[in-house]
Amino acid sequence: MKRRPAPHTTRLPRKGRLVITVNGKKRSYAGPAFKRLIDVLREDFGLTGTKEGCGEGECGACTVLLDGLPVASCIIPVSQVSGRKVETVESLANRSLSPLQRSFMEEAAAQCGICTPGILLTAWSWVKAGGSADRDAIRRHLSGNLCRCTGYQSIVDAVVKTIKKRGGR
Amino acid sequence: MTKPGIAVGRSVPRVDADAKLRGVAKYIDDLRLPGCLYGVTVRSTIAFGAIKKIEFDPCCPWKEAVIATTKDIPGENCVAVIEADQPLLAPGRVLHPMEPILLVAHPDRNMVWQALRHVKVTYEEMDPVLSIEESLARKQLLRGTDNVFKEYLIEHGDIAKGFAAADFIVQGEYRTQAQEHAYIEPNAMAAWVEADGTIVVAGSMQCPFYVQKALKRIFPDRNIRVMQAVTGGAFGGKEDYPSMLAGHVALLAVKSRRPVKMLYDRSEDMASTTKRHPSVVRHRTGLTRDGRLTAQDIDVLFDGGAYLTLSPVVLSRGTLHATGPYACPNVRVRSRAMATNTPPNGAFRGFGAPQTLFAAETHWEKIAAETGLDPLALRRKNLVRPGSVLATGQVLKESVSASEALERCVRICSYDKTRRRYSAANRKPGPVWRGIGLALVHHGPGFTGSGEVTLASRAAVALEADGTVSVLAATTEMGQGEATVLAQIVAETLGLDMALVRVATPDTAKVPNSGPTVASRTTMIIGGILMKAAAKLKEAVAEELGAFPTTAAGLKKAARKLCAKGPLHVEEEYQKPPEVVWNETAYRGDAYGVYGYEAIAVDLSVDRVTYEVKVRRVTASTDVGRAIHPDLVRGQIAGGTVQGLGWALTENTVFSRGRMVNSQFTNYIIPTFADAPDMDLDIIENPYSRGPYGAKGIGELPHNAPAPAVAAAVRHATGLLVPDLPILPEKICHGLLAKGRKGS
Amino acid sequence: MRGHPRSMKVLRPVDADEAVRLFSQHPLALPLAGGTDLMVSWNMGLLNDKTVLDLSEIRGWTGVKKTAAGLSVGSLATHAELRDHPEVRRSFPLLAQACAEVGSVQIQNRGTIGGNLANASPAGDTFPALAVYEARVRTVSKHGRRVLPILDLFAGVKKTVLAQNELIEAVDLPFLPSRPDRQVFRKVGTRAAQAISKAAAAGLLWLGKGGVVKELRFSLGSVAPTVRRAKTAEAFLAGRKPTRRAVEEAAELLAGDISPIDDFRSTAEYRLAVCRNILRSFLGAPPSGLP
Repeated sequence: MKRRPAPHTTRLPRKGRLVITVNGKKRSYAGPAFKRLIDVLREDFGLTGTKEGCGEGECGACTVLLDGLPVASCIIPVSQVSGRKVETVESLANRSLSPLQRSFMEEAAAQCGICTPGILLTAWSWVKAGGSADRDAIRRHLSGNLCRCTGYQSIVDAVVKTIKKRGGR
Repeated sequence: MTKPGIAVGRSVPRVDADAKLRGVAKYIDDLRLPGCLYGVTVRSTIAFGAIKKIEFDPCCPWKEAVIATTKDIPGENCVAVIEADQPLLAPGRVLHPMEPILLVAHPDRNMVWQALRHVKVTYEEMDPVLSIEESLARKQLLRGTDNVFKEYLIEHGDIAKGFAAADFIVQGEYRTQAQEHAYIEPNAMAAWVEADGTIVVAGSMQCPFYVQKALKRIFPDRNIRVMQAVTGGAFGGKEDYPSMLAGHVALLAVKSRRPVKMLYDRSEDMASTTKRHPSVVRHRTGLTRDGRLTAQDIDVLFDGGAYLTLSPVVLSRGTLHATGPYACPNVRVRSRAMATNTPPNGAFRGFGAPQTLFAAETHWEKIAAETGLDPLALRRKNLVRPGSVLATGQVLKESVSASEALERCVRICSYDKTRRRYSAANRKPGPVWRGIGLALVHHGPGFTGSGEVTLASRAAVALEADGTVSVLAATTEMGQGEATVLAQIVAETLGLDMALVRVATPDTAKVPNSGPTVASRTTMIIGGILMKAAAKLKEAVAEELGAFPTTAAGLKKAARKLCAKGPLHVEEEYQKPPEVVWNETAYRGDAYGVYGYEAIAVDLSVDRVTYEVKVRRVTASTDVGRAIHPDLVRGQIAGGTVQGLGWALTENTVFSRGRMVNSQFTNYIIPTFADAPDMDLDIIENPYSRGPYGAKGIGELPHNAPAPAVAAAVRHATGLLVPDLPILPEKICHGLLAKGRKGS
Repeated sequence: MRGHPRSMKVLRPVDADEAVRLFSQHPLALPLAGGTDLMVSWNMGLLNDKTVLDLSEIRGWTGVKKTAAGLSVGSLATHAELRDHPEVRRSFPLLAQACAEVGSVQIQNRGTIGGNLANASPAGDTFPALAVYEARVRTVSKHGRRVLPILDLFAGVKKTVLAQNELIEAVDLPFLPSRPDRQVFRKVGTRAAQAISKAAAAGLLWLGKGGVVKELRFSLGSVAPTVRRAKTAEAFLAGRKPTRRAVEEAAELLAGDISPIDDFRSTAEYRLAVCRNILRSFLGAPPSGLP
């Protein structure tokens, strides 16, 4: 996967409002700068699809895409995402499920569902970057997302299926 | 596979998939409760001692907070499970680290954790009992006169005669560690009080009626209503603990007259809530020269922790599975659950069976090592077949698939060829040693013994006024797919499209008590009750209208005719199959109506430089009777297998003075995507006449086999038999270095 | 256990001068880069009522620059950037590999090399690679700028020699004099991914005429309070042929270069045995403990 350098150069407001592009919409936030991104998403923006599983950046349930890259929103102060783009699970479907979500449905890859939003986003970052359908490569890319229900097999199947549907290999 | 019906046998989309994939399924933390407070728990920092003093740091604005102590408990200070020996809040003494002492609630979620730093508890500490050995030695008396929570004895045939007839006698000792459930959603619960005084509790749980029963003892004068929220994994970890948490959150809600949420963080959840019982199992086995069992003498010890909770029933299942799926004419199994000053151990997928089956199956490797007999041949010679008699006197009558599971698994993974190939490769230089190991296990679905009769579970189906059929049960969806499977069974029985069947959310005010969602009982027992109820509904409608309509329009029409006064409701109760007979006092008879069987082969490598184990492939042949939903069955097998591999290899719970010290996901190591292998999952359908459409329970069986198969494969790879879990690289390293030192 | 985010003050300098000035005015401020360590401590309730010096917007501390002498890696470069950077992969592959094995993709996308160094965990995964590449750490403080050899940066477990207002600006990686004949990076964790190292090793080997060791650089992490170069073993092998016997002797000498401990992650015996095996296999000898 190719990665472009992170845009570290944005000039930020020191005080007052932060503006974050969340799921394509500009949202402003005026609370404490050190509030965690996950709490801002859930409490201030009502986007409860992002889940907290550990508060250590270890389980991946809180994964969102920051400028397109998967990150753990439980260990990011909101001030660090000012001016940047955040995508949550709520961005994946419009009226109908996205092809990735449909593959998850077909493969029964969501069981209890608490890890599912984070896994969808990490998987989507792989699929949209043209990641291969190689099972080991998918497993490595997703290894920051813990799931205790599925044994991971159905999830890998769903990601492979999505890539093949898109003509990837 | 059996030909699919209109719903049964088909991998239909899960009924909960859409909401979970969109991220809109509401777990309890996602529920907005206006004006709610957040509660936290002050817990003991010592393992054993008396509480001398509790002080509240005056620098804290306590006026903003609500504090609940033992004095606020209107009824009994207990968490009723089997007994009521566990207090809701420690009454002057603590028996384990992290024991709840008092509760604090505050409107600001960010502030409430701070309160914990400002409550000072002074103790008079006593020397704690921290292991099974210390408990047996009665270092302190924690329970009765001998620290034994529960004891069982099975005697079958004549053990002395059996050993006298043996050509070989092989002994072994096997140990397993506590295992953390590591559901990704920690325990979480909310409570509020309705205008009429009813206490409502909602949250992450497996057993709403258990919670209700426990709350009635704490609040004897209140109506109690318990609702399940979407639950983010459980695996047994949300069987009994939610009764404790519900008691706490309800106590704070009653005291504050506000809604209250309590959401454990990961570390609190891991350090405070139940684990799989640590075990020590000793085997003494007699065999003839050709490998036929003549005697099995088995001693089982479980660490129950500080309170009884579910230990008697966990121990019972462990005891009943201790021989493995083998027929031996002379058996003695003695088992005891011991009290220690550690947090109570509880239910975890497999419920005692993984511990005793690890010992039974790994013991074949010891036998093989000492007798030179082949572990596969030994299993073939002794495994149960139709007509075999188990140690409790149970005669196996139908759906006995031990042999079929073993033979299919061995064939699929080319066991013999692979084994020979690896043995040859291991003699040459290379980066790794390869190994393949087998295990054959069974699991009795449903409650043990007369448990199902005592539960007398009830479930219902109803034709609703809107022309849909609802499924009413307290059975909870925790990820396993019960809502989908129960809907499939009802849809199939009624000849309906799945879309016309709705599964109600478990709510003690709205659904009958179908018992707890545990023990691999949902598909087989609750599915069976619902199948009967659906058949009766079909009959009742057909009696009125000539036939049961199977189209949406037809059903709507029928509903207009028949549901004028409310839904047409058919409720059924569990009926024990007459041929299943169990004597609880004698502990003899049909412990389970039927068993599921699984054989697995674990193919792994051990790094020659780092001794790290990499599981490369798992082949599992699993008899489920009938796969109602093949993908969900595979989901249970894959998920259970990886949990079993984690227990076998990495999930090392480290305790210091009774407290878990690695209570973080960074340090309690569950398998990641990169650790889990690709799995060949071979479903066997050998139907059980008493199961709905032939189905047997599948939830727990897959956790039984991985650990012994790993031990066998590591032995094949390295020549080293590691008899205690987890099989860490350190143990392999130390073992090989010690062997090398001995050799040279 | 974390406190209220209102209790935390966040300073956000945009260049090095401002960072140094703010750090002098707030000497107790906690420098924050990618947050992968600091925010975990915050969540555990260890950092309430503190001031945070957020360095993440500092211009000029990002990216990888190529000079005639080597690469200069900005302290805000993430593990993901280094993992994927073509020049890092070509000239310093052990560093790229170490970055690919740090935490998870999520952590690699946030964690920075500067933060990793300043945090000074004994298990820092990039350190063994930086040690064999003989990286130099460039710092800035109100007293000016200085350059430290990587091994001199660390003072102990989670301790550096950095002064109270001193910040890491960049890490310089000098190009190797020639292509090594062999190289190795090995992380020994608790699982296949997302693991804290129980031991980690990096090695570079140049062979001379007749297969004699011209130069060996071998470094070890997680087996001492700080990353270590296996100086004794390196010196012993220099000028010798790596025969089985010589390698065995060097493996014995490793014990003097490191001080592994027993903790809840592993044992001293295992750590030492594995470090020896990595050295053995790197030099072409079989590991011990054959069954």
